[in-house]
Amino acid sequence: MSLTKSERAIILAMWAKMATKMEEIGTETLHRLFCSFPQTKTYFPHFDLHAGSAQLRAHGAKVVAALGDAAKNIDNVSGALARLSEMHAYILRVDPVNFKLLSHCLLVTLATHFPADFTAEAHEAWDKFMSLVSSVLTEKYR
Amino acid sequence: MVHLTAEEKAAITGLWAKVNVEETGGEALGRLLVVYPWTQRFFDTFGNLSSPSAIMGNPKVKAHGKKVLTSFEDAIKNMDNLKDTFAKLSELHCDKLHVDPENFRLLGNVMVIVLASHFGKDFTPQVQAAWQKLVSGVATALSHKYH
Repeated sequence: MSLTKSERAIILAMWAKMATKMEEIGTETLHRLFCSFPQTKTYFPHFDLHAGSAQLRAHGAKVVAALGDAAKNIDNVSGALARLSEMHAYILRVDPVNFKLLSHCLLVTLATHFPADFTAEAHEAWDKFMSLVSSVLTEKYR
Repeated sequence: MVHLTAEEKAAITGLWAKVNVEETGGEALGRLLVVYPWTQRFFDTFGNLSSPSAIMGNPKVKAHGKKVLTSFEDAIKNMDNLKDTFAKLSELHCDKLHVDPENFRLLGNVMVIVLASHFGKDFTPQVQAAWQKLVSGVATALSHKYH
């Protein structure tokens, strides 16, 4: 699976708009994940997961920054996320089903912040991009 | 069996009161067909589905979207008894329409995204969580009579 030219353009355009809100978007995405899908909290027993927690904000920023790396290297997402892919396979071992949940919550967050930009085409591009990122992050699982 | 608290039910009905069923239904179904093109397999008779704009503007998509969302209204009126509410529709989707229940989950999530884009900040994480429970409950109810 790879992104078409127009899908890449959509992702990069949205990314430019997200630039000033990255921590906010990451934090909100995680917050939505934990609210809607409480089972995902099992991966964070060591975190304070209350809204506004410093750990949540730091982790949200981290997640979005990694997605930014993928977006900037959209021709080679595998290469850009190689280290994270190993981490998820050997250390974090997050069950693959959770990548869909996180992806969904990111799309919900983008839809609330950028309703005019989150057209059907943008929705498709982002869903596909997150699907690509998810498969890269799980490709070393076994 | 979905269990919604009083607050969750209030969050759902509160939002629903402001939903334009016709437009939202068409948009949700349209987005399903755009984002997950394989779902077009059920709609051979719908005419032009050749591009996102063709799909979103297609009158049959809009009409069918309205039908689906109007039926969803039954869910909101019967949140404590989704299985019975959707029993007949479940049989229909299995026996006549042959729809893989995975599609109910996909459509439910697309609906959540459409609501998010319409309601912005008002679609808080807590409101989203209530809706996720409901769409999941509807998907389960619609799968209940499958055999």
